[in-house]
Amino acid sequence: MTEFDVDKIRQDFPILAEQIRKKPLVYLDNAATCQKPQPVIDSIVHLYSHDYANVHRGVHTLSVRSTDLFESARTKVKDFINARSDKEIIFVKGATEAINLVAQTYGKANIHNGDEIIITAMEHHSNIVPWQMLCEQTGAILKVAPINLQGELIYDEFEKLINDKTKLVSVVHMSNALGTINPVKQIIAAAHARNIPVLLDGAQAIPHMTVDVQELDCDFYVFSGHKLYGPTGVGVLYGKQALLEAMPPYQGGGDMIRKVTFTETEYNTLPYKFEAGTPDIAGVIALGAAIDYLTAIGMDNIAAYEAELLCYATEKALTIKGLRIIGEAEHKGAILSFVLDKIHPHDIGTMLDSLGIAIRAGHHCAMPVMDFYQVPATARASFAMYNTKAEIDVLMNGITSLIEVFG
Amino acid sequence: MFDDLRDLYQEVIFDHNRNPRNFRVMDNADRKVEGFNPLCGDRLTLFLKMKGNLIEEASFQGSGCAISTASVSLMTEIIQGKTEAEAEELFKKFHEMTTGKDEHFNLEAIGKLAVLAGVREYPARVKCATLAWHTLDAALKNEQQSISTE
Ligand SMILES: Cc1ncc(COP(=O)(O)O)c(C=O)c1O
Repeated sequence: MTEFDVDKIRQDFPILAEQIRKKPLVYLDNAATCQKPQPVIDSIVHLYSHDYANVHRGVHTLSVRSTDLFESARTKVKDFINARSDKEIIFVKGATEAINLVAQTYGKANIHNGDEIIITAMEHHSNIVPWQMLCEQTGAILKVAPINLQGELIYDEFEKLINDKTKLVSVVHMSNALGTINPVKQIIAAAHARNIPVLLDGAQAIPHMTVDVQELDCDFYVFSGHKLYGPTGVGVLYGKQALLEAMPPYQGGGDMIRKVTFTETEYNTLPYKFEAGTPDIAGVIALGAAIDYLTAIGMDNIAAYEAELLCYATEKALTIKGLRIIGEAEHKGAILSFVLDKIHPHDIGTMLDSLGIAIRAGHHCAMPVMDFYQVPATARASFAMYNTKAEIDVLMNGITSLIEVFG
Repeated sequence: MFDDLRDLYQEVIFDHNRNPRNFRVMDNADRKVEGFNPLCGDRLTLFLKMKGNLIEEASFQGSGCAISTASVSLMTEIIQGKTEAEAEELFKKFHEMTTGKDEHFNLEAIGKLAVLAGVREYPARVKCATLAWHTLDAALKNEQQSISTE
């Protein structure tokens, strides 16, 4: 195990040296998107300066270079999540597009009138709405497994929802609104006992822990590059090869075909079948750079460090009178969602911003979670591997002071 | 510690947030309109008692941030006794002030409402201040449905 050196890591992130409102930036909105290390930034500059051309289309040198870099990024993703083959790694725009892709291809082909899809009560809107749309198109029914007040899935209730009509289970690996890490292996085992495939929304989990899709045995895993220290505009759909092979394509266009005439079209093989049009070439290559960076540090080291941060932040938060933590699951990632007595999260957000602290205030694209807790919104501090205990102190002092000001 | 925010969070705003004026359900209201800002979850219900084209009474219910609570609280105070046309004129002025397009906006012309001028510097918070007024606008146009600032 390499030594985890947060000071050294911080130096790799140029934006962390920014002053916000004349104070050093304390960036605690990592669940929305996280900042980028120099190697990721450099990879984009380097590509456009030296190696850029369109991929999969040319015999000229730059096209070959670009294609090699692009495809080697695919292999990096494959290794990072331990997929069996590059064919199982589909590049998309982000977690949202990946879920929509599965809904509109796998879903449309396999889920019919009266069939059921199970999600949980803690999903992000992007793992609710695509299924609602599918249900509207097909007459399928969306079932929602409930959560308890700690913000944990009530597993027994989830299991009771599984029946012969269930055609898919789609659950969040780690909740963005609560931090809860779901018992995904147990969920997958229960679903597989009835041959039901499982999609995991890994948008939040992926930057915080080692994800091994073979060990999990999930059928689909989706995530966004921008939450994994990579750029926006790129994300990943992992799918088991046999499932992907059987699925109809998503969009039609260039790259996803092998042969086109006006009477018939032969689709390309995996993974290209699902990658119509020119992809986000620089984004994919920079995501590969982010993965190299993370691999060098080690995901287990990151997880251990962040667990320490969360523990420290939680202890401090609990000493603040009038602060209520929303989401107290036993198994939880580095997210601290909270509300303050009589102070609206938006006021908290503006006040903390004036101290250079970036947090999120709002419903976190999880309105049903807000309804469940009967709050209009929460304030959320979400941590990354570059945050420090000193920054948590700044946050907690800020909260204490703003409570005083509000009186 | 929060010196930079003094323009935004003036003492009057804290005061109205702590003790909102006209904060009650009006059973015999002539107009009742709901306002909602989906971005932050602010929700309010505005009640008006009319006498001809005069706003005889105004009250509200709901929950929101300090800016939106103070804004609606101040608004209900100010519009009582005003005609619909006068209230609409105030809405126009308030809108001009908060969106900050006119650099020479005369703050004196808007009286007490000037305490909310600080939102000009905080684009993310302008909607908090204007929700009350958009709701009023809908009420005056007698639109009984809920309105949304998004
Ligand atoms: C749990 C979860 N799922 C899905 C998404 C959607 O990600 P994106 O907007 O990058 O597609 C997010 C982003 O906030 C998320 O937190």
